[in-house]
Amino acid sequence: MSSRRYVLLGVADDGVFSRLKAEIEGLPNVEVIRGLSIGDFDGVSLAVFPTGVRYSGVPVSEVPTIVKKHLEGDKTVDQRFNGSALPSTILPSRQKRIVLERVGVIDPESIDEYIESGGYEALKKALNEMSPADVIEEVKASGLRGRGGAGFPTGLKWEFTAKSEGKMRFVIANADESEPGTFKDRVIEEGDPHRLIEGVLIAGYAVGASQGYIFVRGEHSLAIERLKKAIADAKERSFIGENILDTGFSFDIRLVPSAGGYICGEETALIEALEGKRGQPRPKPPYPPQKGLWNQPTLVNNVETLANVPSIIMKGANWYRSFGTESSPGTKVYSVLGNTVHTGLFEAPMGITLRELVFDYGGGLKDGEFRAALVGGAAGGFIADLDTKLDFEGVKEKGGMLGSGAVLVLSDKADAIGVLLSIARFFKRESCGKCVPCRVGTQIITDIMTRVYNGNCTRKDLDVMLDIAYNMKLTSFCPLGQSVHLPVKTALEIFRADFESRCGD
Amino acid sequence: MSIDNVLKKFEPLPENLLPILKEVQETRPEGYLTPDDLRKVAKYLHMSYARVYGVASYCSALRVVPKGMHIIQVCDSPACQLMGATTVLEELKSLLGISEGETTPDGLFTLETTSCLGVCGVAPAMVVDEDVWGNLTPDKIRQIIESYREEETR
Repeated sequence: MSSRRYVLLGVADDGVFSRLKAEIEGLPNVEVIRGLSIGDFDGVSLAVFPTGVRYSGVPVSEVPTIVKKHLEGDKTVDQRFNGSALPSTILPSRQKRIVLERVGVIDPESIDEYIESGGYEALKKALNEMSPADVIEEVKASGLRGRGGAGFPTGLKWEFTAKSEGKMRFVIANADESEPGTFKDRVIEEGDPHRLIEGVLIAGYAVGASQGYIFVRGEHSLAIERLKKAIADAKERSFIGENILDTGFSFDIRLVPSAGGYICGEETALIEALEGKRGQPRPKPPYPPQKGLWNQPTLVNNVETLANVPSIIMKGANWYRSFGTESSPGTKVYSVLGNTVHTGLFEAPMGITLRELVFDYGGGLKDGEFRAALVGGAAGGFIADLDTKLDFEGVKEKGGMLGSGAVLVLSDKADAIGVLLSIARFFKRESCGKCVPCRVGTQIITDIMTRVYNGNCTRKDLDVMLDIAYNMKLTSFCPLGQSVHLPVKTALEIFRADFESRCGD
Repeated sequence: MSIDNVLKKFEPLPENLLPILKEVQETRPEGYLTPDDLRKVAKYLHMSYARVYGVASYCSALRVVPKGMHIIQVCDSPACQLMGATTVLEELKSLLGISEGETTPDGLFTLETTSCLGVCGVAPAMVVDEDVWGNLTPDKIRQIIESYREEETR
């Protein structure tokens, strides 16, 4: 790997970035590469290469110290900025990293560093040594399931797409990541964009497609920049284009940024948006593998799903199955948020327990006792049982869903009602308006939750809210409206007393 | 840049509608798409005006009415809510003297809320135009707003 010096900055704060840039001005051979891509904990984090020393929770005021001591003086700053040392379980070396293996390690803008670290080998292997059917078999055997939330077996989806009749086939990487509490896909796009591209290429080869799209969330400007460069670099090296690597396989990838809207993450709504229409969902069936983009067979996969593919092809289905659980093999990129000591993103084998996530990775509660966690984002459910296994089946057994793997931890001092109100507002804002149950239901639930929040509701309001949410689940056109029931139902189960204490009767 | 120069960069394919609208909007100092813009895009892509307007008014990142020079969007996701997003919004309201959805009389700021920005590791967060600010406290918010105001008077 490259021996030049650079600082990888994982930042969601422009103050630190501009300060760092100003401080290093004039220093020879130091570059700042920006992103939220370190996949570390506690917000603003820095990794200094080539040694890879990490700092987390860096306040603006400490930037000059780091620059002076570490970059000029070559001494590690012996200090952690968040007040408590990171538990060893969440250090990248202790996580099980597959999709994040290069994130925060290589320069994401360098195709050479990607190739030097084994990148595009899986594509070469697939094209040279495997038939498309072999590739599909390998993915099927790996047991990989969709990481966007639904958990549908990826290999089956590929097979359906490959077997459908059509004039041409498409692959779409769903990078329109908008589930509240979820930012795993962006970290992959910003930290290791070629990995996604390699996944799309292998998928395209397997299903017999010639055109791929990456539909990326428009707000993720850094991810867009990185992907644009990565696609251009891959084209130049003949990984994308006509007759790729002289194998006769031709495939093009286009990047399309979205213009906002949670609903465009639903695969048929995404396809509508890509066709230049309002992003509203289509009736299913037919499913995209039968009739998708321009009514042709279309494979839509989540970014994290596709990012698993190169490793599966390189190392085989059996290797992949050695991680995770029988029904949900592999690893998962989880996010732990809310009232824990540490918040952030980490990758671990599927099926770790909620207890491990909260205490080993999240470092326990900051203040108070554990009460419940919202698992799976706004469309997920509240879960109080710490022994819940965090894989697709385990969370389902407890009445929730794993979804995107976002876990919002609530202590006994947290305002659960405020959280549910923000979920209600979220669905109201993002409802596309196509069907009545969702358009009207989200409004009524927001009204009721506002009354609950303000302490002027009645017990009957609570029953009405649950009833409406249930009817939305039965009658809404697409998963958005159907999802509202789960958080409402589980919140009322776990926090019933809190809700009732706000009622006037 | 004129709208024709933006159009020239794209093939007239329907899948380019969103990227075209975004880029045209970025070239507009007032930050929104005028009926004239939409008409030109429609013509270029051989679509009806109604369809293009429908898309532009549907997408949260596109605007068909004028807004303030800086658009402040406070993240209203459950994660930010738990970490104090309500306080952030209240602080901004009193600081700017406007409610959610309004623009300051000097046309400098528009205050909005947004769905999850995906920077939950530093909740509560907000985005001003394209700049993300995290770990917000009332003090930090005041400094940020001040810095944008100073930039304008300079």
